[in-house]
Amino acid sequence: MSQRDTVRSAIRRALHAGEGDATRDAAVAERLGQRPRGIVPKRGDLPPAERVALFRTMAERADATVEQIGKTDDVPEAVARYLRDRNLPASLRMGADARLASLDWSGSPIDVAHGPSDGNDTAALSHATTGIAEIGAVVLTSGPDNPTTLNFLPDAHVVVIDAGDIVGDYETAWDRIRVATGDRTMPRTVNIIVGPSRSGDIQQTILLGAHGPRNVHILIVGEADGG
Amino acid sequence: MNQPSERRKVGLFVTCLVDLFRPGVGFAAVRLLEAAGCEVHVPVNQTCCGQPAYNSGDTRTTRAIAEQVIEAFADMPYVVAPSGSCAGMLKKHYPLLFEDSPEWKARAEEFGGRVSELVSFLTDVCNVSGVKAGFDGAVAYHDSCSGLRELGIREQPRKLLNSVDGLEIRELSDREACCGFGGTFCVKYPEISGAIVDRKADDILATGADTLLAGDLGCLLNMAGKLQRKGGTVRVRHVAEVLAGMTDTPAIGEPEAR
Amino acid sequence: MEMRSPTFKANAHKALHDPNLQQALGHVRAGFIDKRQKAVDALPEFEALRDNARDIKNHTLAHLDLYLDAYEEKVIESGGKVHWASTAEDARRIVLDICRSVDARTVTKGKTMIAEEIALNDFLEDQGIEPVETDLGEYIVQLRREPPSHIIAPAVHVTKDQVEADFRRTHTDLPPDRDLSEAQSLLTEARGVLRQRFQEADVGITGANFLIAETGTSVIVTNEGNGDLTQILPKVHIVLASIEKVTPTLEDVSQILRLLARSATGQDSSNYTTFSTGPRREGDPDGPDQYHVVLLDNGRTSMLGTHYQEMLRCIRCGACMNHCPVYQEVGGHSYGWVYPGPMGAVLTPALTGVDKAGHLPNASSFCGRCEQVCPMRIPLPSMMRHWREDEFERHLSPPTFRWGLGLWGWFARRPRLYQFATKFAMRVLGNLGSRRGRFRKLPLAGGWTSERDLPAPQGATFQEMWAERK
Repeated sequence: MSQRDTVRSAIRRALHAGEGDATRDAAVAERLGQRPRGIVPKRGDLPPAERVALFRTMAERADATVEQIGKTDDVPEAVARYLRDRNLPASLRMGADARLASLDWSGSPIDVAHGPSDGNDTAALSHATTGIAEIGAVVLTSGPDNPTTLNFLPDAHVVVIDAGDIVGDYETAWDRIRVATGDRTMPRTVNIIVGPSRSGDIQQTILLGAHGPRNVHILIVGEADGG
Repeated sequence: MNQPSERRKVGLFVTCLVDLFRPGVGFAAVRLLEAAGCEVHVPVNQTCCGQPAYNSGDTRTTRAIAEQVIEAFADMPYVVAPSGSCAGMLKKHYPLLFEDSPEWKARAEEFGGRVSELVSFLTDVCNVSGVKAGFDGAVAYHDSCSGLRELGIREQPRKLLNSVDGLEIRELSDREACCGFGGTFCVKYPEISGAIVDRKADDILATGADTLLAGDLGCLLNMAGKLQRKGGTVRVRHVAEVLAGMTDTPAIGEPEAR
Repeated sequence: MEMRSPTFKANAHKALHDPNLQQALGHVRAGFIDKRQKAVDALPEFEALRDNARDIKNHTLAHLDLYLDAYEEKVIESGGKVHWASTAEDARRIVLDICRSVDARTVTKGKTMIAEEIALNDFLEDQGIEPVETDLGEYIVQLRREPPSHIIAPAVHVTKDQVEADFRRTHTDLPPDRDLSEAQSLLTEARGVLRQRFQEADVGITGANFLIAETGTSVIVTNEGNGDLTQILPKVHIVLASIEKVTPTLEDVSQILRLLARSATGQDSSNYTTFSTGPRREGDPDGPDQYHVVLLDNGRTSMLGTHYQEMLRCIRCGACMNHCPVYQEVGGHSYGWVYPGPMGAVLTPALTGVDKAGHLPNASSFCGRCEQVCPMRIPLPSMMRHWREDEFERHLSPPTFRWGLGLWGWFARRPRLYQFATKFAMRVLGNLGSRRGRFRKLPLAGGWTSERDLPAPQGATFQEMWAERK
């Protein structure tokens, strides 16, 4: 008997359950199909402008910095300003995200490279799939558009998010991701990120810049429309 | 609605510690209950609620004691104990002892419905909102764990203490912290229990209160013992003694006046 | 990991007299409790979420085999591999085989209690493979060659000065005159040292806070980002998880996530909540080539269908131990195995036997604070009491104690005799104690008087006085 059979039959024995029990099968199929939402806190249930404001408040509370800019074209200038203010080198790495591909870096002092990070990048630029206002998190999905290593290796991480992509709660975020990837399918990695990396492991003192980025800067593009 | 001429018939569950160590608490309970319009009976067939056996894993002995208690108080419309832990045992844990016996389980549940801890009985059932006693002093009040977590007793003692003339409550810095008694725990793991009660004693001393009160004699004996071992002057009593105006006896651990 | 629960009392004695530990525990007391309360107070739906989370886990446990099947199917569909392990030994062997298959020399590790449970690090070292802990707390205890003392803050027992000493002792290629007086400089040093290890590793091993049946996804929750670097940089990612981690849907996980960080550290969310599904996909510029999940039983099936099943709802937040008066005095190492505090007191006997771990469920005052703060509403004290019942039935408690309890019980069931005997006993004790009002020492009461005075009884019993009153 394989380990798999051993464990599975041990479970069924303990539960006094038989194989091929239609009631049990149906209960599981129902939950996986229906995906009941449960309790969704009212906190994120806000009209668009307030939702963006909550997102900003929560992100800043977790030591991210946030700036609101008018349009995506403003990103290069905002990034240059951010890196300069932080005394960081004027260089960054980004992926192949279409929303960032059209940006004009020609007037910018920044040296832009593409692809995953090799650990030597001081700054990275990503575009978030969505943002969750109830916790102030950006949600990033893996792939050539936004390589996952950009979220963790560089010292500074600049994340662009469209105001209209900021949702109130986890559940709405999952709805969006499911639409993009399909039912019961996920991207290879989904990162829900709140602020810079931290640790409390030295005498319970919270310190920033553990293994992930020391700085997270969020650029919110545009206004949230009534959607 | 209770008519003035009709008195609540209350069976007092004395508790083993009150019975053996400090009967004065029992008499204070009687005085408080009678002042609240109750007719107090003390069924003679009671010794203990059974927690020592229960918490040692001896459910057989516990069940025998529980049956004895339930029988002894069968005709008492109200069962009142000057202890959150004993009241919690009677009310919440007795039914759990009889999973195998539907008849006894039902009896235990019915019985539990009639059980209350003393102070919360006075405020919540007898609608007592204040007492006539006076007590000059700063008082620290310890919330015993069972009363707090099993029975939700938190505001009721404070409500009555605040009505005592001259009394000032000084709250501990952590109102939810155990004193380290835990029944047999304090003698099976004395060092750990000692460390816990030492921390509690420091918290008590830091309030500057001259008196410590609580609703459970086990906790009180434990805290009084540690405070006295440390050489303090805080006087320790059961809250019923202060509420009943019966504080002319020596406090817990104090010698008889000579 | 050496099992030292049988010597719990001696462990606790040592802990109580360890000034570094006592100083460190002061920070636990000061930090975790208030932070959690603030976060809980700020979320009106917290109590309702606790109820729902409990119900979700209960439903899952009742259908555990089916959810594991569904989970496995999705992992395979996404290109991952699932390995089932009945015992710790099976799990170790599976991990070793995967490591050997890629000639692994170093393995980075995200924080996983399961790896502790199966004593993976020592085993890998014996096999010539170097495990490198990357969670800062785990890294610190690895340097100290100690086990973790808390399930989410492994180095909670270590002071800042001790960390400095450990770093100086270990990071010998850094300039000896460097200034490490600030905690921030210690963190920066660890970041630099470990960054290199992350990039050299051949295999990355993480745990999983959840395994999502709906999508075949493993979830890790960290503040440092070490789990992520562990799982995306090496060629191989191994997820080590016990079977009860499976949770039905993304929605169900979101319910529980709202409780987890709040209960653990008082954050509304941890920094990084990462959902991983299978190995790198076509076109992925980064991510592991291989993704393996090791599903471990190691005693969970022996808890299903018993008094201890509810313990399987545990999400390893650590709230119980943060609030436990015993843990606060003796720290995690006293418990002697992987899981400390109240959850350890219930789980350790289940996984290693109550004959070895009996002290743990006994060393509790049943204050109930653990149950009060447990996000999954696990009735910890009552399960500890069940362990005491098991011990009593198996005659595992000390004979003198059992005898004393038996004698007391005999009297307690005979009220007349009891009242007769206690009348005399209390009169004697009352007389003996009346001069001082208390006893510094008393025969047979050494357990009490070793730590505190015993107040003298008033000298008569209530029953006696009440009878006289009439």
